[in-house]
Amino acid sequence: MMQQHIDISSVLRQTLACDLYSNLVTRKTGAAVRGQIEQLLSDSPGDGRALTVIDFSQVSMIDFSCADEVVAKLLLRYSDEEATEVYFLFRGVTDDHWDAIEAVLERHGLALALESGDDVRVVGALSDGERRAWDATYRLGDATEDDIAAETGTDGAGARDVLEALWRRRLVMRVDGRYVAVGGARHHG
Amino acid sequence: MTHVIAVPPSLDDHSFEQVLEQVAPLPDDAKLVVDARHVRWASPYGLTALLTFAQTRKVMPTLAVPELEDTASYWARAAFFQHAEGLYELRGSYPKRREAGESSVLLEITPIAKSDDVHAVVGHVQERAQRIIKSELKLESKAIIGFAMTLSEVCQNIIEHAGQGGWVAVQSYNWTRRLGRRVVVIAVCDAGLGFRKSLESTPGHVPTDRWDDAAALEAAVIRGVSRFRDRGRGQGLAGTRSYVGRWKGKLSVRSGTARIAIVPGWDDDVPLAEGLPAFPGAQVQVIIPEAVSDTEAR
Repeated sequence: MMQQHIDISSVLRQTLACDLYSNLVTRKTGAAVRGQIEQLLSDSPGDGRALTVIDFSQVSMIDFSCADEVVAKLLLRYSDEEATEVYFLFRGVTDDHWDAIEAVLERHGLALALESGDDVRVVGALSDGERRAWDATYRLGDATEDDIAAETGTDGAGARDVLEALWRRRLVMRVDGRYVAVGGARHHG
Repeated sequence: MTHVIAVPPSLDDHSFEQVLEQVAPLPDDAKLVVDARHVRWASPYGLTALLTFAQTRKVMPTLAVPELEDTASYWARAAFFQHAEGLYELRGSYPKRREAGESSVLLEITPIAKSDDVHAVVGHVQERAQRIIKSELKLESKAIIGFAMTLSEVCQNIIEHAGQGGWVAVQSYNWTRRLGRRVVVIAVCDAGLGFRKSLESTPGHVPTDRWDDAAALEAAVIRGVSRFRDRGRGQGLAGTRSYVGRWKGKLSVRSGTARIAIVPGWDDDVPLAEGLPAFPGAQVQVIIPEAVSDTEAR
């Protein structure tokens, strides 16, 4: 699977006419940044399957309108997308970014995989079942439906439905018939 | 015939209504002298509203500037005269050049017309807001980012909804008379469409039985309704409301003939005022007060 790293502050500098600002503010800026990210994704070689790290490390702040454009609309655009399988791992998200990102995830019922230190966790709007299944998948490294059923105390059909839902939301990847949590493979070799 | 409009000695969001009440019976093209000679103090709202007021007039009004040297000097430092020169015929003497070094003016009066203006405003305020919010208002660091986000969102309200430019100003001061504490205040005023007309432009908009400026403000400020169908819209004011609530601040939004407010415990304003004198556009004020211990608050 193709992997790439997108530094949001670099995209922001390319987007704005001047490079003085490191703040992700205004809906117009957010839409331009998202457009640039989508362009980078469509330009990247491969079979349409990609894991992309969205790196906020150098971004000072993000407001609600910009978070809606950069985070929410990006996730909405690639969730359940038939033609491509694009997965996102968010990196460098601090408390300074979190209020805005959390608000837009809640507003749209979205969730994302977030790197936090050496760990990855899933944040946003998930059912208890989805959260348990994602945690189990991440903990196991890669897993089958039966593995997740055993780990979460559900039956096979229930586990399959939840894993399918997580896959459509692009929170787990399907690799050779097994499920891998986004951001999980790296930590589990 | 020229009509003299007396500006109250203390000009803020409430006393500005007295200006509008005097103008209400007059035709749009009436020749006005706005008499600010006896003004001693003006809030950022008062100053940005005065500029906005001039933009609503068909005939350029005259402004008699404050006689008190300190007041005129402050208005100059806040860049009021710089912008007023294009909107009023200024009468009286006032400092022609802005003096530097006004620490309480976090952001002098600045026009907002496009997205880049918001970037500039947020970038400019961030560093100074950090010092004021932590040292003077004694709020947690988290309040600093929220303040910049709030500033960004209320400025964007102009770009997204006004249909024309507006003004923003940010200042901190000791609000002795009303609160006895330091506050930081954001004022954003425009003379554009206003909330009611903006929401009426929503495709398929059907007005309710009680559809007026107050209903439009309730929809936009309380329920997060936007003229855009996009589900992600309307989060800016919701976020502003949440920020203001968290830090025990006050948000008030005036549009047309109504004003809605999120009123904290320390203030006795009404949550909704209707039947005010008509004033085009939208005028937003955010007040964040200095933190006090629970004991002091009692």
